This record gives sequence, structure tokens and C-alpha cells, in this order.
Amino acid sequence: MAHSAFTIIRQLPGIATAVLVLAVTLGATFVVALYAEVGSGLAAADWAAIRFTLFQATVSALISVAIAIPTARALARRQFRGRGLLITLLGAPFLLPVIVAIIGLLAVFGRGGVLNDLLGFMGLSPVSIYGFHGVVLAHVFFNLPLATRLLLQGWLSVPSERFRLAASLGVPIGKLIERPMLRQTVPGTFLVVFLICLTSFAVALTLGGGPKATTVELAIYQALRFDFDLGRAALLGCVQFLICGVAALVAWRITLPDQFGHGLDRTVQRWDTSSKWDYFWLIAVALFLLTPLGLIVVRGLPELFTLPAQVWPAALRSICIAIVVAIMSVTMAISLAMRGGGIVSAIGMLPLAASSLVIGTGLFLIVYPIIAPSKLALPMTTLVNATFALPFVLRILMPAIETEVSNYDRLARSLGLQGWSYMRLVILPRIRPQIGFAAGLAAALAMGDLGVIALFASETEATLPLIMYRLMGAYRMDQAAGAALLLVTLSFMMFWICDYWGRRNANV
Amino acid sequence: MLTFDNLILRQGEFTLSANFQVPAHHVTAIIGPSGGGKSTLLAAVAGFLRPASGALLWNDVDITARSPSKRPVSVLFQDNNLFPHLTVSENVGLALRSHLKLSHDQVKNVSRALVDVGLTEMELRKPSALSGGQQSRAALARVLLANKDILLLDEPFAALGPGLKSEMLSLVKSKLSISGKTVLMVTHDPQDAHAIADYVILVAEGKAMAPVLTKTLFDNPPDILKDYLGSA
Amino acid sequence: MLKTYLTTVTGLALCATSALAETPVLTVLTYDSFTTEWGPGPAVEAAFEETCGCDLQFVGAGDGAALLARLQLEGPRTDADIVLGLDTNLTAAARETGLFAPHGVTAALDLPIAWTDTEFLPFDWGYFAFVGNKGEAAPTSLRALADSDVKVVIQDPRSSTPGLGLLMWVKATYGDEASALWADLADNIVTVTPGWSEAYGLFLEGEADAALSYTTSPAYHLIAEDDDSKVAWEFEDGHYMQVEVAGKVAGTDQPALADQFLTFMVSEAFQSVIATTNWMYPAVTPANGLPEGFDTLTVPAKALLLSPTDAASIRDFALEEWRTALSQ
Repeated sequence: MAHSAFTIIRQLPGIATAVLVLAVTLGATFVVALYAEVGSGLAAADWAAIRFTLFQATVSALISVAIAIPTARALARRQFRGRGLLITLLGAPFLLPVIVAIIGLLAVFGRGGVLNDLLGFMGLSPVSIYGFHGVVLAHVFFNLPLATRLLLQGWLSVPSERFRLAASLGVPIGKLIERPMLRQTVPGTFLVVFLICLTSFAVALTLGGGPKATTVELAIYQALRFDFDLGRAALLGCVQFLICGVAALVAWRITLPDQFGHGLDRTVQRWDTSSKWDYFWLIAVALFLLTPLGLIVVRGLPELFTLPAQVWPAALRSICIAIVVAIMSVTMAISLAMRGGGIVSAIGMLPLAASSLVIGTGLFLIVYPIIAPSKLALPMTTLVNATFALPFVLRILMPAIETEVSNYDRLARSLGLQGWSYMRLVILPRIRPQIGFAAGLAAALAMGDLGVIALFASETEATLPLIMYRLMGAYRMDQAAGAALLLVTLSFMMFWICDYWGRRNANV
Repeated sequence: MLTFDNLILRQGEFTLSANFQVPAHHVTAIIGPSGGGKSTLLAAVAGFLRPASGALLWNDVDITARSPSKRPVSVLFQDNNLFPHLTVSENVGLALRSHLKLSHDQVKNVSRALVDVGLTEMELRKPSALSGGQQSRAALARVLLANKDILLLDEPFAALGPGLKSEMLSLVKSKLSISGKTVLMVTHDPQDAHAIADYVILVAEGKAMAPVLTKTLFDNPPDILKDYLGSA
Repeated sequence: MLKTYLTTVTGLALCATSALAETPVLTVLTYDSFTTEWGPGPAVEAAFEETCGCDLQFVGAGDGAALLARLQLEGPRTDADIVLGLDTNLTAAARETGLFAPHGVTAALDLPIAWTDTEFLPFDWGYFAFVGNKGEAAPTSLRALADSDVKVVIQDPRSSTPGLGLLMWVKATYGDEASALWADLADNIVTVTPGWSEAYGLFLEGEADAALSYTTSPAYHLIAEDDDSKVAWEFEDGHYMQVEVAGKVAGTDQPALADQFLTFMVSEAFQSVIATTNWMYPAVTPANGLPEGFDTLTVPAKALLLSPTDAASIRDFALEEWRTALSQ
């Protein structure tokens, strides 16, 4: 049976993208291993690091998802003024550079923070944020917004017709609609948060309180920087990939396929009994996420006017990179999603478990014999950022594309809609909200990135996060706070613009 | 005429065989117990299901390997006939060109088709703002405009009330059958067959039987059909 | 095959361009904060280019540890002519790469210790110290710190040169007792950060009473911010030193220029810039002395420094002691 031209067009870009992702992640790791000499295996310290990493990632993901469920439900059920703004604002913590967010968290929960001031005022003894609980707190702060947003997507994907049916039958929503929907979305959400926490570096180290809190990423950093043990670094990088694979497999097993059919784009109305707890969740989560943000703003605002001159071209450079990254990662994700299938999905998630250090080193080793790395700094940064943003973008776009394809594929084929017409007329307009969200996310993540650029950049081509870090390294903490605020504001604006464009007129 | 040449269709463990000819320019109803394979047969004609063996011919031309849009076939599904994010005229216009840039004449043709089905002045509405009956009419307008030789109906009016359904069926008969199209209609209601079908194909137990004149079949139903119809 | 072809083409192109170019290029591989606008880089570049008739180019590579890693990655093909910014804890590993040539410079250095290394030449130095707020409790030794309730924040020796410096400091002072000291120090340590800037930032935010930094840190606040509230604690049994060095790459294509740079590095033009851009003591005290404000700094009675070979050989053992003691 010959494949029609239609199928081939749909498959080729997806396969090409998958190959690219594999090359960047596994390929770079492999190159690092190649350059290694006969190395050591894993030391006892490494095993302790692996255990700690797994434990904190699991706990962080569990708590994030547990809080995200009622929060997302509250957001799905309630209509109130400023709901759109709140949803967008909730995305903010995820976009913060790690060190900025840590300072914000410390301003609230630290020794000299608001919380301890309050406790002291009430005569209670102060709490220390440092330790395992601090690590989990910071991870929840970063990932709760993403988890909420992903679960909210799940709630809103149930067509309003289903709710009407349930309401007319008087059947409790929970069992009939919400539990199957959760069963479908929670494993994937848990997996994403778990993997983010898995590869966390600075959070665990700064807030962990000591070497007990060592993650695999730190062990890789040590192997690369201090021991120059490429073999061990590559080995640990592979361990991370392995854990990713196992976790993904488990998540995939638990997920149910989509059983909801489609609706006619009517606004989702609900008739289930409202709960007063909704407001509690919304207020608590908003407070938890927005207070540190607010304090960051307060800290950095006065410094915005005293920033050194290099900040501005660096900012422009960061913005340009971010735009290209957004376009690239959305295109890559769409091509993967149109190809479909479990393997493609797994490949798309691979970058989450990759160590940016190993990847950066591997790419450096590939590039160095051919051309001076500093000449390729911007393209490399763009490529790596697009690859690292891909899992998030894919997680957002894939369910949406699968739904649309399963609903309209036959109609499109019978009308002869193919290739670019098919994308332009059928798929793209229908997934516009998701494209907006995903593009905004990718752009904001790229703005705050500090990984690969450090290995490749020359002094004249700095990005904004790099400038911020250099300011911090030169005692200029206040100016760094100003740069941080600028970075956060720009990231956030890019996210908001993309997200708003997607959600406008889309009945979400 | 539409020839099913020793066609064997397989979906999982289910097999359907068909070996007959369907007369052109007539309405043929496809009836049978649910799960029997009625929609499977239709999917094969539409091009969504490749046969395991055998061939499908239209006027002695082999169309087995053709993709759905290259066949002389229009389909009306049970639902999902319209894209919710496009206006009525955009939806109908897809019959003419698959990228929505219509010439002035084509725009006029779209309006004319809408008037034909009773949807005057509805060009700019979105499907969610139409009633069930109006949505069916819009889909029918697209089929008219596509002007293909064969029309497949997969219970597209099942969700409409009896009055509305018979109205739509009369519309199909008057606009399409009269102009010489060949219509294949899957239905679970024998009344539909009585109403507009000249021939009936009975699909049951993995076999699609050759078309029989409607009157003949219902006057003397085989046992399978008797069970299906119940006590008359 | 493709790689060879590409390298050949690139090589030919480069030859062509360099044949056309008039000014020779001297590439200095250094750490990021050296090359920034507010670091020593710009002034050094301007001063050197005046006399050398060349183009001085800096390549920034993160921090000191990253610098060495970058060099090891690049290997003998490196473009760098000079590597500037390693410290004595890293020079043993640097020497082992076999990439360095003797510097051949004799200069009168103003270090508290005698300098005998023939491959690496110091350009600045400092004492590690805990920096706290003036007027608060200030322990007078590491043991006193461990016995007190004072809270400090330190860096991880596996990812930061000050962290490694502290590790060596404890080992040099306490030898076999180091393990016990770390165990006592565990409750004083608020947290361990990946790098210097996070630790110092936490201290400035009030998260700890002090951070591990340099005796010269208060000078920054005094001179640049007019703020005299920071003070470095003086420990009676001595402070560990950080001596930052530069070395000439053996395979350099600009040996004469490289030598010229190293001589320039210990001369007045370079050294006068160091104090207020890198915030360390210059290796050769400038003619006008140190900037005002530096005289208020704590000067330890005793300077400690393990030789590069000793530092390298005990590192893994000391690291394990540290890790075990703090993981209780």
C-alpha cells in the first residue's frame, strides 16, 4: 500500500526534528564520553547524590501537583474580574532565573524575611528555610504555576456539552468527568515537574543547607569543572536520562487516552456545586507566588535607573534570541506532534532529563575543532534553548493537536485539505491558545537562560542573564537586582504578549 | 455504476465482504444491525479504509488506490461536518478550493448554494450560532457545491427531530438525486429507506448483500432482516 | 574526511586573513569578571595596546575553575596565548596538562610569602576571611567560630575556588583535627552555595552573620559605596591566601608578545589598576601605594598557603572529610 503524499509530508518534519533532538541530547553526551579516558565508575558520594535527587524531586512533584489540582479546579470553575491576569501572573515564577527567585523566596521565608518578622511579632520562634524542606519549597514555588496551568488546560479541554449532560442527569461531576480527566493529565504533569526538579542545581545547593543536599547535576558540575573527569560526567548524564526514561514509562502507563470527543467551542459553563474552598486555594496560592515576586520588584525598582550601559544591548540580544527560540521550539513541537506516537513523545521529553552542562560541553567538543566557539555562540544558544524548551512546548501542544486531528482528520481528507493548507486552515487556528502559551513560555525561558552561553560566549556578546551574573560576581548586588528586575519584566512581557495573542477570541 | 469487486474489508478481527454493483443515479439505503459493518462499507467507498483485497470501480475505472479527496465522492458524517472556527461561507467554500481564496464568481456560487438549501444571509455566522437543522443544511450546501458524482450519508440527520429529518431527506432527494447523483445512505431507521431509497443493501453477519429494490425487500424480508425489524 | 576538509579550508582561510592582517593578536583566556566593563579588563587592554602594537583580546570563561576546565577542553589546539586567573589550588592540575611554558620573568613581588614557581606568575592576591557586619560578635579563630553560635554561609569546595580555599585553610591549620572541626562547624553553617556571589549576596540580605570572602571585600563597600559597615574577622592562627596567577601557553604563536605581556603584568601600568577593579592586593605594590581605604583593612598576622602539589594531593581526602562531617 503506497503512503499518500499527505502522510509523508506529515511524517518528514517530525522525523527530522526527532533526529535533531537526539543528536543534541544523546549525541552530545556520547561525544563527551568519547573524549573520556578510562574513567572511574560511580563513587559512594554519587550514589548519595542520586538518592537525594530522586527523593527531593518526587516529594516536590507530589506536593506541586497536589496543590495544583484544587487550584486549577478553582480557576476553571470561577469567573471573576482579573481571572485572565491572575492566570498569566501565575506563570511568572517559572520564568524567573533561579538566583533571582531564591532571593525573592528568602525575602519572604529567610532569616530576615517577612515571615520570620511576623512570627517574631507574634512571639513565636523563627523558622529556618534551609534544609530539605527549603528545597521542596523552592521547587514548589517554581513549578506550581506550570502544574496549575497544565491541569487547567485539562479542565478546559472537557467540552461544555459534557458538563451539560452531567448537569442534566444530576450526576456528580467528580467521578464522571473530573477523575478520568485527572487520570489523563496528572501523570504527564507530575512527570514534567519531576524532571525539572531532577535536574535542579542551584536551588538544592543554596537552600539545601549542606553537602547532604547534593544533586546529580552538581556531581556532574564537579566532574566537569574540578576533576575534568569526562567519563564520570557522561556516566552521570546517562543516569539522568535513565531515570527520565523510567519515570516517563511509568507516567505513560497510567495515562488514559483522550475520551472526550469535541465541542463546538462554546465557553465552558459549569453547574456543579461551588465550594468556598475555591477562594481559599486561589488566595493562598496567589499570596505564596506573588509575594516573593513583589519583593523582587520592590528591591530592583530603584536600581533600574543606575544600570550600566551594557545592559541594554544585552537585553536586546536576549530578546532576539528569545523570539527565535520561541518560533523554533513551536515549529519543532508541531512537527513532532503531527507525526504522533509514543516514541516521538518520549524523544520530545528527553531534553528535560539532560544535563545542560554535559550538553554544552559535548557541543563545545563537536564545534571546537571546526570553528571558534565564540563565533557560534548565538546560534548554539538558540539551538540548545529551543531543544530544552521543547518538552514544555510539546506537553502543551501535543494533546491539543491530537484532539484536533482525531476530530477533523476525516473531514479534512474528504475535502482534500493537505499539507500546508491543512495546517493553516484547520490545525493552527484551532490550537492558537496553546501556541500562544507555549511560545510565550519558550521565549521567557530563553530570556532567563544562563547555561550554554557561558561556555560559548565572548565578552562582547553577552546576554542579559550573563550581565546580571557578572554584576553579582563583582560585588554590585544592587545593580544586579536592577538587572534581575529588568530581566523578569522583559521575560514576563514576552510571555504575556504571546499568551494574550493566543487567548484572545478563543473562549478560554 | 459503482462496482464492489470481491471487496474484503478488515478492521481488527471484523471482516466484511461485498461483491455487487450499485446502480448509478439512484438512492441506495444501507441498513442492518448495529456493529454489522454499515459504516465500514461507507468508509471503504469514501477512501478512509483500504480494502484487504478486491477492488472498487466507478464506471469501470479503478478508484481503489485513490485518496478520499481524489475520489468522485462527497461525504456527510454523523457529526463534525463543519469546522467550528470558520464561518458558514468559508465552510461551504472549502468545496471549491482548499485554501479559502475564492474568486468573485465562486463567492456568488457559495451564496447561491446557501439560498438553495434555505440559508439565505447566513454567510458570516459561525456554526455554533446555528441550530442543528441549519448546520445540516450548511453541510448539504457544501456537498451541492462540490458537485461530485457520489454522495455518502452516514446517518447525518440522526440527531434531528422526525419532521426536520424528513425535511432534510426530501432536500437531499430534490437537490441531489434529481440531478442524477448516486446516493449511498447509511440509516438505522427503515422508514428512511421507505421514504427516499430506490434500493436497499442489507449488511449483516460480515456480508453486504447486493442491492434489492426497496419494495421487494420489505415485502419479503429475509430472516435476518425480520429480526432486525422486529414484529411488524 | 569532511572534518579534515573543513579544517583545511578553515585553516587556509585563516592563514589568508592573518597574512592580510597587520596587527598581531594576543589572546588572553581569563575569568568573566576580569573582562567586564567594571573589571580590570578595559584599562589593562588600553594600557597594553599603547605599547605593544598589537590587538589584545580577552576570552571570558566563567570563573577560575571553569577557566581550567575550558583549557582542558581545548587542549593543545587552544588559541589562547596567556591564561590568566588560575589560583594556586589549581596550578598543579594546570601544570599536568603540559600546556604551559616557563614565564622567565623575575620581578620584585610584594607577597607575604616567597614565590618560586617558574611557570606561573602572580598578578594579585588576597586573604580569605569571613566578612561580617561591624559591631557584631567576631570570633577570633576557626575554633572560636565553631564553638560559637554565629551563623555563616560558605561555598561548596567542589564548585567554587573560595570554597576550596576554606577547605585548604582548615586542613592547613588543623591537619588531622580538620574532621572534628568541620563537625563542630556544621551547626554554624547556614547553607553552602555554588559560588561566591550567591554566598555574599545571602550575607548582604541578612541571611547570615558572615560569609566567606576576602579581607579586601570591605574595601569595595568603603570605596565604591561609601559604606564602612563591613569588617573582615581576623583569625589569630592565620588566614589562607589566594594567589591568582597567569601563565604562558607553550604552543603560543606569539611568544614574544606573550613574554611582553607577562612583563607588563607585573609592571606599574597593570598593577595600579588591580586594587579598585579586582578588589585584591596587587602582586607589586604601585608607586603611589594602595588606594585610600585599603589601610583600614584587616591584615592577618600569619599567611597560610599550601604548595600546589600538597594542595592537589590532599584535596580529595579533605573533600571527603568535609562531606562526611557536614552530612551528619
